[in-house]
Amino acid sequence: MSEVVKTKAPSEPLFSKKNRKLITDPLTDNNPVTIQVLGICSALAITVQVMQGVVMGLSVIFVTIMGNLVISMLRNMIPSKIRIIVQLVVVAALVIIVDQVLAAFLPDLSAKLSVFVGLIITNCIIMGRLEAFAMANKPWPSVMDGLGNGLGYAGLLVLVAFFRELFGSGSLFGYPVLGSPIPTEDSPLGTGLFALGYANNNMMVLPPMALIIVGVIIWVQRARNKELQETH
Amino acid sequence: MAVNKESNGYTFGFAIAMVVVVGTILSLLAIGLKPMREANNIQKKQLEILSAFIDLDNAGISRKNVKDKFQEFVNLEEAVVLNYKGEVIDGVYDVKGNIVPGSAFDVDIQQEYKDKKRAGEHKNYPLFIATQNGKKLYVIPVVGKGLWGPIWGNICLSDDMNTIEGASFGHKGETPGLGAEITQKFFVNRWIGEKISDESGEFTKFEIVKDGSGNAAEKKVDGITGGTITSKGVEEMANRCLAVYAAYFQNLKNSAK
Repeated sequence: MSEVVKTKAPSEPLFSKKNRKLITDPLTDNNPVTIQVLGICSALAITVQVMQGVVMGLSVIFVTIMGNLVISMLRNMIPSKIRIIVQLVVVAALVIIVDQVLAAFLPDLSAKLSVFVGLIITNCIIMGRLEAFAMANKPWPSVMDGLGNGLGYAGLLVLVAFFRELFGSGSLFGYPVLGSPIPTEDSPLGTGLFALGYANNNMMVLPPMALIIVGVIIWVQRARNKELQETH
Repeated sequence: MAVNKESNGYTFGFAIAMVVVVGTILSLLAIGLKPMREANNIQKKQLEILSAFIDLDNAGISRKNVKDKFQEFVNLEEAVVLNYKGEVIDGVYDVKGNIVPGSAFDVDIQQEYKDKKRAGEHKNYPLFIATQNGKKLYVIPVVGKGLWGPIWGNICLSDDMNTIEGASFGHKGETPGLGAEITQKFFVNRWIGEKISDESGEFTKFEIVKDGSGNAAEKKVDGITGGTITSKGVEEMANRCLAVYAAYFQNLKNSAK
């Protein structure tokens, strides 16, 4: 029997530069949606209203953090043959928890998000972070990484939803900031901007427009940051 | 002691342990949250019935106080269940068509509508009776299908059992801004004042029109631009369901004469 010498690396402060980078990177130069182009599906489907985007974003943040944490804690116990299945089961369990809690406490919103909460399971960001990061890193950096990527996703959802709700329905968080397009007896065209002849852009409420908005965001981001531009 | 993590035994053991742990957590959660989900469903149904004749936002009715408000307006003792001919049945039909004890409020017409095992003549048609400002109102739940999924609603008849006094529509996933507009007030208002039966008491069909003539014409309702299939779905839903109730009201009036 050989003697095992335990060496302990000098412990890092919880919010060291490296850990902070794990959160900030996915928000900007390594955004899971605009740079890695993951999780596009749900970004198209549920960004009609800002509130939906916020709740969906929070749900995904919960799943990325908890999934990364659980997988990272189990990473030395998971048999490599079934590691993808284990990751899937953990993610599926977390998503079901989110779905059930939403259905119990926010039933109206849960009905609006319908299947898309369940489909968080298939969000590539989550599986991608589990496989690429949590399987090889300690729990705390994994939590940071999950938080960062979840925030990166949520931030983009809210940004896209902001434009779609504003120009598609003339409201934000359901509050009619541009006035109401519903005709009344006093104002046949509606109130606010609508009274002046403004009309909602119906394209905005349809999923393809989300793709175009995401495209514009990617364009702006790459135009501002030369490092992200591909040179071929 | 080192465990061989690549052995089949370890892999199986890990998988089994994982499934047991995850399964336990999820089933405990499901059982724990079940009362809340059921309460939510009842609240939703009560809100939908009330919304047929009350503007919920103006009246300040929300999930929080709907239980008391519902009892204030709707007397469930008076509610009846009809069969497809418009006859009152004592109880409710189960899937096989046997009449079993049950109440109108517990009938899930959306479930019955999509249940392929249930024959058309074994569908239940609940009717709720509400009182507002001393006036009797008849609330008819309806169900049908839109473009992407189910649509439903509650249509409220005035005390003449003929004129539509109010309505509310709901949908699962119609296109926002187009078909989804059926829930909006401007569309619902187009139904108000329409009569379900003509002078002789015969039910006549509603028609959704595109030419904007619905405002003036009887039995015609303007559809929603860009939401044609959903609008047609509302038309089909109203015609199919209201026909049953029209027969019931006709019998009721005849027997009163």
